[in-house]
Amino acid sequence: MGSTDIAAADTNFGGMQARSAEAINTTSRISVRNLDFYYGANKALKSINLELPDRQVTGMIGPSGCGKSTLLRVLNRMYSLYPGQRAEGEVLMDGRNMIGGDVDLNELRSKIGMVFQKPTPFPMTIYDNIAFGIKLHEKLSKSEMDDRVEWALSRAAIWGEVKDRLQTSAMGLSGGQQQRLCIARSIAVRPDVMLFDEPTSALDPISTLKIEELIDELKRDFTICIVTHNMQQAARCADQVAFFYLGELVEVAPAARMFTAPKELRTQEYITGRFG
Amino acid sequence: MPMEQSDHIVRSYDEQLKRLRDMVARMGGLAERQVNDAAVALTRRDAAMASEVIARDAALDQMEREIEAFCIRILATRQPMAIDLRIIVAAMKVSHNLERIGDYARNAAKRSIVVAQQPVIGSLNGFTRMARLVQENLKLAIDALVNDDAEAAQRVWAADEPVDDVYNGIFRELLTFMMEDPRNITAATHLLFIAKNLERIGDHATNIAETIHYAVRGDNLPEDRPKSDSSAYAVVRPRE
Repeated sequence: MGSTDIAAADTNFGGMQARSAEAINTTSRISVRNLDFYYGANKALKSINLELPDRQVTGMIGPSGCGKSTLLRVLNRMYSLYPGQRAEGEVLMDGRNMIGGDVDLNELRSKIGMVFQKPTPFPMTIYDNIAFGIKLHEKLSKSEMDDRVEWALSRAAIWGEVKDRLQTSAMGLSGGQQQRLCIARSIAVRPDVMLFDEPTSALDPISTLKIEELIDELKRDFTICIVTHNMQQAARCADQVAFFYLGELVEVAPAARMFTAPKELRTQEYITGRFG
Repeated sequence: MPMEQSDHIVRSYDEQLKRLRDMVARMGGLAERQVNDAAVALTRRDAAMASEVIARDAALDQMEREIEAFCIRILATRQPMAIDLRIIVAAMKVSHNLERIGDYARNAAKRSIVVAQQPVIGSLNGFTRMARLVQENLKLAIDALVNDDAEAAQRVWAADEPVDDVYNGIFRELLTFMMEDPRNITAATHLLFIAKNLERIGDHATNIAETIHYAVRGDNLPEDRPKSDSSAYAVVRPRE
């Protein structure tokens, strides 16, 4: 039939964005396998299996206490600061178990960066905020350091706003700028994976959109995982969305399907505002 | 399989969605009535009834505009997701289909006024039967929306074939009348358009069923729907 010929010839009609978006990158950067996590006797994550696709954004949603932030904290071993907290299972990256004993914490943190809910600039100059982390991992000459700082600030879309005040205190920046500075600080050590824990919940709507635009930009180079309470934000930013409830991973699906036709009733009830 | 949904945390959201369904159901009811009355006006040669159908179409148009405005408002204010989103989009599409159905019913009514002034040709049983079939499908489709019943929607979607069969019969019959006596051509041509209008109404009912199936289930029906309208290929040879 003529019509099918036309359809066949124009398989790109509407492009990737318009298609079912089942076409998630299948190469995974991080594989979470049978992960259990305990706060003392309390089991906060129950046998989680999740793939983070390479250079894609994975959004994690769920009501408070569902375990999504906990998982994020496991991914870069934030929990090891606290006695009584332990993880069982595997977080595989490049064939190594990142939560096993053989991976050095500093190495892990340089591979997996994290940005928090509240901007956390150090009380020092803008330049030193960026240079600080780099110095822990690398020995760079002054000019190399200058280049790296500019690169990081540019990638975090804040270079234009701060390039004339690099030697002033970072505490003088607005909330949205501080958050982008923190993103710059994380990417300055050139990690593979970026974790965002509710990165915009303390920001105004315009600063929020700037961060979202930035995440869209960053996913060309980094694998990103973002925890958010804002469903629309997950829908906008994420390629893949994971829904957690009571420590279980209930459903993981491409964002386009998750928000139009989720498979699980609990997912549907949560994202449509029926419980949570 | 209507999933057991709990209510929204925000009660006014539930009320809005319920009101939206009611609006679509009411519009569907009016569209059904228009189709029915247009067919009755034709078979009874009742110009007054036909005029009422024509006048009432404005109400359907108004309902479509109201449903659309309401949907846009809910979309803007609630950022609906999943089944809510699908239902709202479906309401917009269904109301558009119903508006088109109204247009076809109005056009059939208009033509029935002309037909009533022409000599009677043949029996209009086919028209009565066709009108009943499409009206029934329309009603079942709207009920499927009201009851969140994807299976019912799928049955309607697959039930358009008899409509096409009746339409093919009418088409051939009218061609024959026109060949027999050119004086039949005016009435037969108008009747042909009326038959086509009813057939199109049937197609819109299946569109509605398809939309509702998606709204309830979140997946699409297959692309190929059973259909048997062969009039596009029909030929009647002139007698020597």
